[in-house]
Amino acid sequence: MKSFLSIRNLSVRLKNGSPILRSVSLDVAAGQVHGLVGESGAGKSMIGKAVLGTLPRALSVSGGEIWLDGTDLMSLPPAERRRRIGATAALIPQDPLTALNPSKRIGPQITRRLVDILGWSKQDAQDRALELLGEVHIPDPARVMRNYPHELSGGMRQRILIASAFAAEPRLIIADEPTTALDVTVQKQILRLIADMQTRHGTALLFVTHDLGVVSKVCDTLSVLYAGKVVEEARMHRFFMRPIHPYSAALLAATPTYTDPTGSLTPVSQEVIDGVEAEVAQHDARRAR
Amino acid sequence: MRDARGDLRRPVGLRLWLSGGWLTLLVLGAVFAPWIAPKDPLMQDLFLGRLPPFWESGTEPGFWLGTDSLGRDVLSRMLYGARLALEVAMIAGTLTCIIGAALGLIAGYYRGWPDRIISRFVDIWMAFPPVLFAILLIAVLGPGLWSIIIAIVVIDWTRFARVIRAEAMSQGAMDYVASAQVAGRKRFGTMLTEILPNVLPTIVVLLTLEMGIAVIVEAILSFVNLSISTDSPTWGGMIAEGRTSVHQAWWVLVFPLIALFLTVLSFSQLGEGLKDRFDPVLR
Repeated sequence: MKSFLSIRNLSVRLKNGSPILRSVSLDVAAGQVHGLVGESGAGKSMIGKAVLGTLPRALSVSGGEIWLDGTDLMSLPPAERRRRIGATAALIPQDPLTALNPSKRIGPQITRRLVDILGWSKQDAQDRALELLGEVHIPDPARVMRNYPHELSGGMRQRILIASAFAAEPRLIIADEPTTALDVTVQKQILRLIADMQTRHGTALLFVTHDLGVVSKVCDTLSVLYAGKVVEEARMHRFFMRPIHPYSAALLAATPTYTDPTGSLTPVSQEVIDGVEAEVAQHDARRAR
Repeated sequence: MRDARGDLRRPVGLRLWLSGGWLTLLVLGAVFAPWIAPKDPLMQDLFLGRLPPFWESGTEPGFWLGTDSLGRDVLSRMLYGARLALEVAMIAGTLTCIIGAALGLIAGYYRGWPDRIISRFVDIWMAFPPVLFAILLIAVLGPGLWSIIIAIVVIDWTRFARVIRAEAMSQGAMDYVASAQVAGRKRFGTMLTEILPNVLPTIVVLLTLEMGIAVIVEAILSFVNLSISTDSPTWGGMIAEGRTSVHQAWWVLVFPLIALFLTVLSFSQLGEGLKDRFDPVLR
């Protein structure tokens, strides 16, 4: 299948030169969900940020290509790149508490995107926003449109952010740990909602998470990241049946299961860590030469 | 799933009533000084010198808060003094706010070289002793209303720049700013629509605080006789004059001092009260 987002050998570095992403390559097919897993600090979110052009100031892309819908973003001038990203991609952020502007009502925060990106009239945008809020199961959307973010619960806010991400019908959505900041009961609803919306709108989704359980529910393919390096890229079924890389296998083994509540947790063994660290060192040495 | 948080309404606090009340009274007094002042503030009458306020014995009718050593009416002088104090507070406060906040916003949001330039400037600026700096400026510019205002702006813009820079930095790191950028919004537009509304409560607090500070600075400058021409009544000037005769006529010193104190306090309380009221988030 032709991939909608294709990242080729993407390297991101800190200003002082230390690598954050090490020649990352991954593909997200049109209308498919690609999971991106790894432990904290592995650089999962940075991939999403590099694609969307919102890398923190201290980081910069030092090499590689980001092909979005057949165009290499890195080859475009900044203004054109921003426009292109705005028109084709959107973000579902990690923390619903900081992702809505606290001083603005909900309505304008959703309609703004429609007016900005699609050039819709205020009224059309308003109608569409109401419809979207209904679609993400928000009761009394007309009232919520007039609320300020702090007047709503975390789950409600995340629903609004999902609605707003899908608002301008982007063809790619990057979901950056969208359920991490929510409590477990809400997590499940939100996850189902994202999956439903994705299917209905046929959007390609890059799903960043540290939770393999979540990945198994929503993704078609996945990449496992360690220290900014992709150690395994696989289709979902194959990965859960036969993980190839020892680190992937160890991660899978470390996932706690609900069916065995008495079982103790299996940490990733030092041996596996040493192995994958050696690979990373080898990669760096190759690059340095 | 109806969220009760939306129903929360905050009443206008006592703080806002008291501070707003005093400032309203002061503004009215200043505006209508020519009509309500019982006497001419400049009229001297050595036979009526050091009259005590109305509740003590030995007063003359019409001199409610007594007279100073030259026989000038304290209440009338205070009312006229309020004009200058408020003029300076409003104009200097607003100008300082606009300049300082704009620079702080740019530094905090754009970071990079604009931030480096503005921040170094602020650091250097803050190493000057402020009162001496002001005195020096007035000495160069010559006394007058605009000299005082310029002196205050030049000394105090750094306060705004610092605080607003920090606020803009923390707001700039929020996801909603990233979202606005992903949506292809221009950086300058994002600064105005996303960052500015969220630092506005802080700006309001700082602005009112600055107005209080401006009143104090004006009083200090008048106290050392560097304000406007010496014959116009100012609170600082009255305090300076009252100081020399505090044992014989305490009222010449105490009444302007109370007015000064209440005004500065009211400005800062007004700011806090307004912030509580207009900040959409209960911080």
